[in-house]
Amino acid sequence: MKYAYILWLMILFIIPISIIFIFSFLEPQVYGGVRWSFTLDAYRYLPRYLNLIWRSIWISGIATLITLVVAVPVSFYIAKSRLKNFLLLLTVIPFWTNSLIRIYAWKIVLGNNGIVNQLLGALGVGPIQFLYNPFAVILVIVYTYLPFAILPLYASMEKIDDSILEASLDLGASKSITFMKVLLPNVRTGLLTAFIFVFVPALGSYAIPDLVGGVNSKMIGNEIVRQLMSVRNWPVASAMSNLLTLIALMSIVIVMKRREKS
Amino acid sequence: MRPGNFIKTVVILTMIFFYLPLFIVVLMSFNSAKSPVWSGFTLTWYIKLFTREYSVWNAFKNSLIVAIISSTIATIIGSVTAVELYWKKTKLESALWFLTYLPFVVPDVIIGISLLLLFSTMKIQLGLFTIILAHITFSIPYTMMVVYSRLQDFDRNIIEAAYDLGSTDLQVFYKVIIPNLLPGIFAAFLLAFTLSIDDFVITFFVAGPGSTTLPIQIYSMIRFGISPTVNAISTFMILGTIFLGLVLRRFIRYVF
Repeated sequence: MKYAYILWLMILFIIPISIIFIFSFLEPQVYGGVRWSFTLDAYRYLPRYLNLIWRSIWISGIATLITLVVAVPVSFYIAKSRLKNFLLLLTVIPFWTNSLIRIYAWKIVLGNNGIVNQLLGALGVGPIQFLYNPFAVILVIVYTYLPFAILPLYASMEKIDDSILEASLDLGASKSITFMKVLLPNVRTGLLTAFIFVFVPALGSYAIPDLVGGVNSKMIGNEIVRQLMSVRNWPVASAMSNLLTLIALMSIVIVMKRREKS
Repeated sequence: MRPGNFIKTVVILTMIFFYLPLFIVVLMSFNSAKSPVWSGFTLTWYIKLFTREYSVWNAFKNSLIVAIISSTIATIIGSVTAVELYWKKTKLESALWFLTYLPFVVPDVIIGISLLLLFSTMKIQLGLFTIILAHITFSIPYTMMVVYSRLQDFDRNIIEAAYDLGSTDLQVFYKVIIPNLLPGIFAAFLLAFTLSIDDFVITFFVAGPGSTTLPIQIYSMIRFGISPTVNAISTFMILGTIFLGLVLRRFIRYVF
């Protein structure tokens, strides 16, 4: 069966990714498709999208940072709590809820006549346009990926021996110093996993910027789809995809190295 | 170290952050106005959903077909592979782990369009069949990982004992490993099922005309603006998730 497993992933994962890799070095045809002659044109085209690439990186970077800052105390609390199982359940339920519905929920909350703007209106402020900008995209990315960060961090936090934290406190370190200098270094692996679980998919997100982002907050994923479906320039779409795949590959190498060490 | 008040506040705010938007969707599904301004209780949207939205029900049926078939196949291949990997060391091990991790981090858009290019290159017609192939592909690594992590708590002595008492490989597999692994296998199936029901992006690329799944149907409804029928569908899906979560509480620790 392991051969079935390997074969399945080779045919329906490795080969398709390789097709994208090959297509990025070919010439486009007018209505989509590729002409079989080698060229680097698709890559020469990429610098035009430097703005878009940079925007995708900072949007996902800020979202990942916020996610981790929230996930660290929450996962610590869950790991130490007597209500551990119940709190884990509360974390997993939004993770299990359909992702489109989670995006849609924010459209209702933040829309021009949404709940937040109704409250602001009652206070005599607004309406404020919350949707269709990088702020909305960052918020919904945090909302969507927070459980992805809490769960691996929780797994690391649970393994920490309470006595090393007590020792630090007994030796006179404050709670915040203990948190920063004893707790965090001990959950490095969890932090790294959480970072990759959030940053990499955020960088490649399509549905979130598509539904709550505006023209000034489209990301690489949206442009790949536009190049493929509307512009019909398959090689450029492929070259952009390779950029994202490269980042994904690098992150796996990091995780696998970690895994061997521990 | 006991968590301080600051940490407690962050946890409470996070839980509010998690649930408030979902609560508002549920509330709005009973709102008589089309806009999110509350103007009285109604069941209109539920009645409309049950009597007129045929395309929603058809999409729901497609989602169920895809989820049941794809998670069953992914669970079988994934579980048996995990057992093989745990049982005997293999030369393929590091390649196999690389193959397993890769789909976790490659963004959905790329998995989707790469499969689209594969199917169009091979002239395979898009439809439920291609969606099922795609769903098996992205859930296989999850099922393998879930079962494998369950195996790590497995007491090898039980296997040794079975061999000492004269069991063959096949008997050990069917009478010792499989029964002990059932909760893990079930958790793997559940995760694959949820992933399949939930997936929008990958399905979006490999679905053909007439093979709309529920997330794709919801996507096209959201695109047209805020529709109270979507609130009603969402309420069912949110309540369904919470119900499943409560019923299957004890499996959750295997899922992560």
